Amino acid sequence: MKRRVKFSFPTHLVQEPIIFQLGKDYNVVTNIRRAEVTDVQGWVVMELEGNDDDIDRGLDWVRDRGVRVDPVGGDVVES
Amino acid sequence: MGFATALRCRECGREYPKEPINICEWCFGPLEVVYDHDRMASVVTRERIESGPPTMWRYRDLLPVGDGPVIDLHCGLTPLIKADNLGRELGLQNLYLKNDCVNPTYSFKDRVVTVAATVAKELGFDTLACASTGNLAGAVAAHAAKAGMQAYVFMPADLERVKIVGAAVYGPTVIAVDGSYDEVNRLCSEVADSFGWAFVNINIRPYYAEGSKTLGYEVAEQLGWRAPDHAVVPVASGSLYVKIWKGLNEFRDLGLIDQVQTKMHMAQPLGCSPVVTAYAAGVMDVRPVKPNTIAKSLAIGNPADGYYALKVIKESEGSATAVSDEEVIEGIKLLAETEGIFAETAAGVVVSALRRLAHSGAIGPKELTVAYVTGNGLKTQEVVEEDARPLLVKPTLDSFKEALDRRG
Repeated sequence: MKRRVKFSFPTHLVQEPIIFQLGKDYNVVTNIRRAEVTDVQGWVVMELEGNDDDIDRGLDWVRDRGVRVDPVGGDVVES
Repeated sequence: MGFATALRCRECGREYPKEPINICEWCFGPLEVVYDHDRMASVVTRERIESGPPTMWRYRDLLPVGDGPVIDLHCGLTPLIKADNLGRELGLQNLYLKNDCVNPTYSFKDRVVTVAATVAKELGFDTLACASTGNLAGAVAAHAAKAGMQAYVFMPADLERVKIVGAAVYGPTVIAVDGSYDEVNRLCSEVADSFGWAFVNINIRPYYAEGSKTLGYEVAEQLGWRAPDHAVVPVASGSLYVKIWKGLNEFRDLGLIDQVQTKMHMAQPLGCSPVVTAYAAGVMDVRPVKPNTIAKSLAIGNPADGYYALKVIKESEGSATAVSDEEVIEGIKLLAETEGIFAETAAGVVVSALRRLAHSGAIGPKELTVAYVTGNGLKTQEVVEEDARPLLVKPTLDSFKEALDRRG
């Protein structure tokens, strides 16, 4: 199962190895395609590959840490 | 055969054939339609456009469709109204309103969906789909009905009944998703990946978005082949705003208008203003937000085109304004009471932003200004229902006179 996501990092998490831990602790392969990181914020667009449940649990953990997770293409629910 | 030749990634520039895809496989950037502008320029003239149908399909040479029939409910070429009464209130002598309330399903979404439905047919799809809280659902369901296509419309389960009816009447399959806004988003992305449907704002999005260019074309033509000095545009995903700018610039590149010095002003509700926030902070990174506003039609917390909208502000020397929910209601009422146009909340956002721009001097009193009114007020009556207080009278002349006196 593959999933394309965008992580948005707040300032206090910019220096944290969150993507590494996601891969290590949840058995998810992370494949970064685009990113921009400054000293105050950052975003990363990537593909996640792994078992569906592992990806869900991993993303729940990422969200709990304070990182926003969105689909790559932006919101699709329009007025 | 039309002049669209390919899709191109807006980030890395890689090109793809005209297929139902919206994301670059390499960098996951968004795809945009590419045209053969030289061939287009050899054909397109003012006269050719003026002799076309009285709909937005008079610009079909500039849209990503072939030569076959289009799925058309007679959308576009909506009125451009000189708004003298509203202008007087705001101190603007040269104010126009582009009234897209009067499209077939009462919003500008018909423009994008007529293109998406036509391209979907050309690509061999038999099913149109979307995720929507109102306007888009109606537009997709209506165009699918006209095209003889199946339609699937995904909505949040807690959506107001009147908004469901506005789509259900056209006969689509309506799916009420019992989940959070983010979960609805995710489900729809997965459905788009798994089913062979034309999901208008996912796998058909590059073509769909091009329909909004016609709001730039029409204004320029209706002004006598010129661009306005200022445009005030509501922003949700940012696509409409970006495409109006693109439309004006394409007209200039084709020699249909002389120049584009339009300052593009965007308007968002304060409760969902991620692009305005980024602009105010001087950054190009749009941080997603959780929407909390009565302007539901602009409640997109993670706008797909936010970054590109910020680029247009810079290029056009425009601005970005966020207004409170109270101002949204004031804007709706001001528009209705001065110009007789009952528009939905997005227009309330635009009118209140326009008022701020006029008062601050960002728009001069004599400058030619166009404010975009993108949807009909009957869709969001609930936000102004408290003001509907009739004078209650008994069926006698005395009672009527007393009521008039009480009103003062």
